[in-house]
Amino acid sequence: MARITELDVNGARRRIYADSDRTLLSVLRDDLDLTGTKYGCGEGQCAACTVLIDGVPTRSCLTRVGAVAGKRIVTIEGLAPEGRLHPVQEAFIEADAMQCGWCTPGMILGAVGLLRKTPHPTEAEIVSGMNGHICRCGTYPRVVAAIQAASKKGGRA
Amino acid sequence: MKRRDFFKVLGGGIVVLIVDDSDAQEAGGGRRRGFNEPSPTALSAWLHIGENGIVTVYTGKVEVGQNARTSLTQAVAEELRAPVASIRMVMGDTALTPFDMGTFGSMTTPRMWPQIRKAAATAREMLVDLAAQKWSVDRSAINIADGKASAAGRSAGFGELTHGQKLTRTISTSAALTPATEWKVAGTSVPKVNARDIVTGAHKYAYDVKRPGMLYGKVLYPHSFGATLASLDSKAAETIPGVKVVREGDFVGVAAPDPQTAEQALAALKADWKLVTAEASSRDMFDYLRKTAQNTPTPDPSLTTYTIAYIAHTPLEPRAAVAEWEGDELTVWTGTQRPFGVRSELSEYFHVPEENVHVLMPDTGSGYGGKHTGDAALEAARLAKAAGKPVKRNWTREEEMTWAYFRPGGVIDVGAKVAPDGTITEWEFHNYNSGPSALNTPYAIAKKVEQHHPSKSPLRQGSYRGLAATANHFVRESYMDELAHSVHMDPLEFRLKNTDNDRLRNVIVAAADKFGWRSRKKLAGRGFGIAAGFEKGGYLACCAEVSVTNGAVKIVRVVEAFECGAVVNPEHLRNQVEGAVAMGVGGALFEQIDFANNRITNPRLSRYRVPRFADMPAIESVLLDRKDIVSAGAGETPIVGIAPAVGNAIFDATGQRLRSMPMAPRGVGTVAGTSELAARR
Repeated sequence: MARITELDVNGARRRIYADSDRTLLSVLRDDLDLTGTKYGCGEGQCAACTVLIDGVPTRSCLTRVGAVAGKRIVTIEGLAPEGRLHPVQEAFIEADAMQCGWCTPGMILGAVGLLRKTPHPTEAEIVSGMNGHICRCGTYPRVVAAIQAASKKGGRA
Repeated sequence: MKRRDFFKVLGGGIVVLIVDDSDAQEAGGGRRRGFNEPSPTALSAWLHIGENGIVTVYTGKVEVGQNARTSLTQAVAEELRAPVASIRMVMGDTALTPFDMGTFGSMTTPRMWPQIRKAAATAREMLVDLAAQKWSVDRSAINIADGKASAAGRSAGFGELTHGQKLTRTISTSAALTPATEWKVAGTSVPKVNARDIVTGAHKYAYDVKRPGMLYGKVLYPHSFGATLASLDSKAAETIPGVKVVREGDFVGVAAPDPQTAEQALAALKADWKLVTAEASSRDMFDYLRKTAQNTPTPDPSLTTYTIAYIAHTPLEPRAAVAEWEGDELTVWTGTQRPFGVRSELSEYFHVPEENVHVLMPDTGSGYGGKHTGDAALEAARLAKAAGKPVKRNWTREEEMTWAYFRPGGVIDVGAKVAPDGTITEWEFHNYNSGPSALNTPYAIAKKVEQHHPSKSPLRQGSYRGLAATANHFVRESYMDELAHSVHMDPLEFRLKNTDNDRLRNVIVAAADKFGWRSRKKLAGRGFGIAAGFEKGGYLACCAEVSVTNGAVKIVRVVEAFECGAVVNPEHLRNQVEGAVAMGVGGALFEQIDFANNRITNPRLSRYRVPRFADMPAIESVLLDRKDIVSAGAGETPIVGIAPAVGNAIFDATGQRLRSMPMAPRGVGTVAGTSELAARR
């Protein structure tokens, strides 16, 4: 069986030893202990497992780890290097855009990807861009407000 | 933790113990004490101020997203005059916190919040004593603020005052408190205290917990509900290196060094199940609930029937636990609303004293009433005991949506008589299986019959945010709308006509005013609905505007007014109100568990629709802050208004009265049918 021995995660080369058919989600959580990436459904329906692959929000539960060798993977743990929060993270705190927080890392990375592609999205663009993310606590309007606020601030999205 | 151990564990300082002497005991399951505890422990919380000035509060309440961690921190900050950043909350840890029945029923704010305030107020008085002693001045000269005591140019931090002390004081819950009108930290929008850990992914949920040498567990669930194991061939699974197969009666599980191997082992098990015949499916369950009900009234064909489907909580973090044995001592990390209840479950199952079982509850990825039981904890503990190593047991989404429990389905028959002037003179309401919460109408009606008839549930059912208050409000407030139309009254005026409760009236008027109810303009395909209610100390009114296009319902705008006494944290209350409305959209319009042949047929998010961004209306909340009324909880009741408000708005738009929750899983009727019905009005 094909094996993967190295991943580029959060700017560092990480040694792993994993079947290439395994999900990226499992390798991140179980092998690398990057548990900020969350499982929610395992079928790409909730986007709690979103990570950035070469800057693009991607559902890690549907991604084979073999498909991302050599690509730049950013998880929520890599978004605030040296403890300096990303503007989107700050905006989520300021808008109180969370309750239980389980969906939050995926939401934030989805928003980072959205703002990279569309720096000044309309409300409709935010809704369609984020519609794959589920928040059971129902903080959707606050997430929209947080993304709008982050968009206004610009910064390193 | 035993009282004599306080200072051993916590270091020096001062400790305040709170004895709960109130009569009202929280409802719910679970024994109050372990079998080898000599006397009931009436302590409800304790507070410690360390020699480093850090204030730590120990409470059995837990955080599941409702922001209790923040509101309880505010309680301490308010009464102790200590900075929020100096306060730590230890929650739901059965070894460190006093017994608590559980976090449900919106009880944290009315019950725990004042107790913690009292502990903090007492600690403040103890600090005044210490400062007065230290500086040989009168107590009245001491001022406490910002984590410091001061008097006549001298000042000392809390840590300096408590240094070298080992003082304890026990207080009752009847101590005096700062009135809400004088609050400085309570009543303000203190941000979520652990928000940074959430947005950085640093917070470890139960699903994320790891232990050295830990195995990953899977459980072979029966083919269908009620099935028993006829035979098991586990030879293939047992040959996989590192795999431990566990069989105890009908319980079959595997533990393996990594999740993939655990899945392989589970797939390698060959089981034959003895099936049982299903007594009902989601197609015929309403007849079944009526047929199996107790104390049923004589059928009355003049009553109008409504139905409510079973729905799933679908907490985004499924149930999870890690269990670790050391001899006959068990430690379990799990996401639960009842850590002490889970401790009881484990203690009883394994026949070990409760003090040998330590349950820790990391702040959890939501519950909504769905995480009262210790299912994952028990599975993990069984597997860990058999494997002799710590075992992690994380449920999948499909397991969560099959083997957890559901919000009860139900049938409700309702009828009333209305005088020509709009006064309701008689009211009859029969609830089959949904439950008794908010069964009683808050309106002033002279003659009432209101009954709950428990039935045999075809599915495992249990608590859900708001319990049956959602079903009962859906039916009551939809039927109020029917009655208003029957006497040609505006639904708002009809409600006000039948209300003699000022708090109810106030929320109705507040919601209607903010919404612009009286100036609403009727457009084709648009409709407006209003609903109101009361439960668990909270009053609410909800106005909704919908558009119906080719049968597709879109909720355009919602205004919800809510009043639960003195507001503890306005921003977090708004978040709860708006979040409850958002969540309630699912049960109102499309959430529904389907089942047949003792199996759930849609246990996945691809087949069970939950609300998403695109389903959201513009949601506005109106908070009525009653500083003269003791604060009630707010995590549940705001969910009950959205379904009837939307249903009434759909009727306004289309002339169709939708009497089943969910109301529009596939839209509302046909276009032709809709206009036909509208024409008939």
